[in-house]
Amino acid sequence: MSSVITETAVTIRVDDQEVAVPDGATILDACDAAGVETPTICYGPTLTPVNVCRVCVVELDGSRALVPSCSRPAEEGMVVHTDSERVRHSRKMVLEFLATGVDVSQAVELSQWAEHYGADPDRYVPGGQTMDEPVRVQDNLYIRDYDKCVLCYRCVEACGDDAQHTYAISVAGRGFGARISTEFDVTLPDSACVYCGNCVAVCPTNALQFKTEFDLRQTDDWRPEDQTVTQTVCSYCGVGCNLELHVQDNQIVKCTSPDDHDVTSGNLCIKGRFGWNYV
Amino acid sequence: MFGAGGGTCSYQEVEETDVILLWGSNAREAHPIFFHHVLKGIDNGARMYCVDPRYTSSAQFSDVWVGIDVGTDIALANGIGREIIHAGLANQDFITHSTQGFEAYAASVEPFTPDAVAAICGIPAEVVVEMAHAYATADTAQILWTLGITEHHNAVDNVLSLCNLALLTGHVGRWGSGLVPLRGQNNVQGGGDMGAIPNKFPGFAGVDDPDHRARFEAAYGRELNPVPGWHLTLMFEAMERGDLRALYVIGENPADSEADVLHARAQLKSLDILVVQDILMTRTAEMADVVLPASVAWAESDGTVTSSERRVQRVRPAVSPPGQARHDIDILCDMAEAMGDELGPRDPEAAWDELRSLSAMHGGMAWERLEAAGGLQWPCPDEDHPGSTFLHGWLWADDLEGREPAPFSVLEHEGPTEELSEEFPLRLTTGRALDSYNTGVQSGQYDSPLRFAGLDLNSQDAAGLGIADGDRVRVCSPRGSVEMNARVVSSLPRGLAFTTLHHPELIDVNVLTNPDWDPKSGTAEFKAAAVRVELVDAPETAGAPVG
Repeated sequence: MSSVITETAVTIRVDDQEVAVPDGATILDACDAAGVETPTICYGPTLTPVNVCRVCVVELDGSRALVPSCSRPAEEGMVVHTDSERVRHSRKMVLEFLATGVDVSQAVELSQWAEHYGADPDRYVPGGQTMDEPVRVQDNLYIRDYDKCVLCYRCVEACGDDAQHTYAISVAGRGFGARISTEFDVTLPDSACVYCGNCVAVCPTNALQFKTEFDLRQTDDWRPEDQTVTQTVCSYCGVGCNLELHVQDNQIVKCTSPDDHDVTSGNLCIKGRFGWNYV
Repeated sequence: MFGAGGGTCSYQEVEETDVILLWGSNAREAHPIFFHHVLKGIDNGARMYCVDPRYTSSAQFSDVWVGIDVGTDIALANGIGREIIHAGLANQDFITHSTQGFEAYAASVEPFTPDAVAAICGIPAEVVVEMAHAYATADTAQILWTLGITEHHNAVDNVLSLCNLALLTGHVGRWGSGLVPLRGQNNVQGGGDMGAIPNKFPGFAGVDDPDHRARFEAAYGRELNPVPGWHLTLMFEAMERGDLRALYVIGENPADSEADVLHARAQLKSLDILVVQDILMTRTAEMADVVLPASVAWAESDGTVTSSERRVQRVRPAVSPPGQARHDIDILCDMAEAMGDELGPRDPEAAWDELRSLSAMHGGMAWERLEAAGGLQWPCPDEDHPGSTFLHGWLWADDLEGREPAPFSVLEHEGPTEELSEEFPLRLTTGRALDSYNTGVQSGQYDSPLRFAGLDLNSQDAAGLGIADGDRVRVCSPRGSVEMNARVVSSLPRGLAFTTLHHPELIDVNVLTNPDWDPKSGTAEFKAAAVRVELVDAPETAGAPVG
């Protein structure tokens, strides 16, 4: 029992633990409260779940199908299994299917979960098969590498209703040809994009990447293990956005904002996200 | 306003308010992450009125764009006030209990009928009525503003005209309702709070108040000058008179940012000595006799900054300063030592503790509390205090906590000082764009795909002058002329031209701007110059992206 029980709390069972969560919390919140880690891809703490990846599914007593924990509200008396054979098998297959069509080599968390569940994409498509698209380098701020895109929609949500309200990108095409696209697939500088980089911040696979990171990776100089992260406050305007400066060799190499900071909720504007290279 | 210089609300409150008057602010571009909170408010059902001569990217999110003529804000505010009174929507209990001067105010707004306001402001009379009713009948409502209100020769009066509306309706001093000036720099709030203004010690203690002065004299162990100092505009007047011969500029670029900037540069040149302490070689630094290279406060040193919601937050060093650059605090202390004096602690935490001992509103902000993510909002008088989300709750206390009722202000509509004429028939207003910051010293260093330097023109004005999108034009005001590229836009009404101040190396826009300044704030009328626009030569490529 790790949660404080409040008047409006609901109590559910996660594996062998009873946990109480506030009314309106999800099964994922209950798993977090129970200390049970859950793989997620399309879920983000600041985003509305779009329920497309299915990697967070759990087995719910009384439910025929597995349910997505990120969006299913916790209800009083639910009994949830997060590590049953069905759950492990389903999560493993989701991760395998994604890795057959996408380059997940820079998707750190996803790769860790794939290893955890013993995912083996080669048993479907040996070596995998991506769309084999060239990396889109259209400006000096961020790049788009759609061979790495799992179509989780997080960028679309961050660009749209969940944060930025710019609506510069959406999913275009069907099936294997489906991809994230600007209007009429125009280049970013010609699109509605305002370069807040809030899409880059939520991308779980590095399909969207700071140009600084991309360039360093090209020369094999991207060394996350040698980087420090320092929290400070942006120098542009008086809103007081918290910045996390990622520094390698005394140079800022990228900039994020904490999801749990109530000024930014992880979001920044073009100046805060990309305007630091005068330092 | 009402005794403390700070926005009365927290950002979270705008997410929960019912009516938003976004007045003279393009927050979507100038305060983008604050605007995320506004968007949450709109998504939650708030109705937003955007008062701006331009149809800005902020106005595109409003329910009603109120496209007033430049410099007619007081007329609109007075008209809204009159309509609220005439419709019987004024909060009489609040007025009686918490305010003073209502009768004089009510009499002063009487001429501002909806039709009169419509004629002055160039908007439909119904909009005045609708705004008045929406604002007055809302459970909670906020007025948000920035430089569209304050970069005028009557800046303070503009602000007071908005304060009147809050006093008339009781939309201040409680959760969700308030008056919110959005700050332009990451520590302009903190600078004022710390006493880096000519007439105050830290915590808004007046230098001319003997009791406050005695407190600071005791702490600093010396006598302190009781005469308020000069703000920047007064300094330039003193330079002109020859009364000010030496200037020490820290982190400011007046050689680009002053209105009527050719005049300002001449004054800077006339000084006996100019010392500039900055992180980059600004135009002001280029003019200096001595340049002191400083570290980047927010990324190379420890300290605090204070945001628009009075939130004090920690800045921390992420990288080490280059070359001979040193921390501002070390440079200042060394400077004092060279003059044979001690300024006190150099250690940021010790300096902060000294501040806490002198400024009651910071008293409870222990360094380790600030270390916790999120910071604290003043006033925070003791270490058990959680900080204050909104200001002026005393207006609703039975005894007003012993304070004087808040005063209404009687304000005249004046309009811009520089009238349009046959020679200068267009109104030029200046402002900010999303990707850039002030004179571009910092923001000019990164490669923004959005960057544009040029003049925005209304399509009919452009056609009348034979100007096409991308043409090179000369903009002339009574003070000088500047060439730039024209861009024909749909966001401007006829008669209004717009440019930013971000690219002085390409477009020396402050050659054109009007230096008439507000005696109460020292701010010049950057928002309203009279200009003429002429075609220079044949069309170039559309727009002028800046490398």
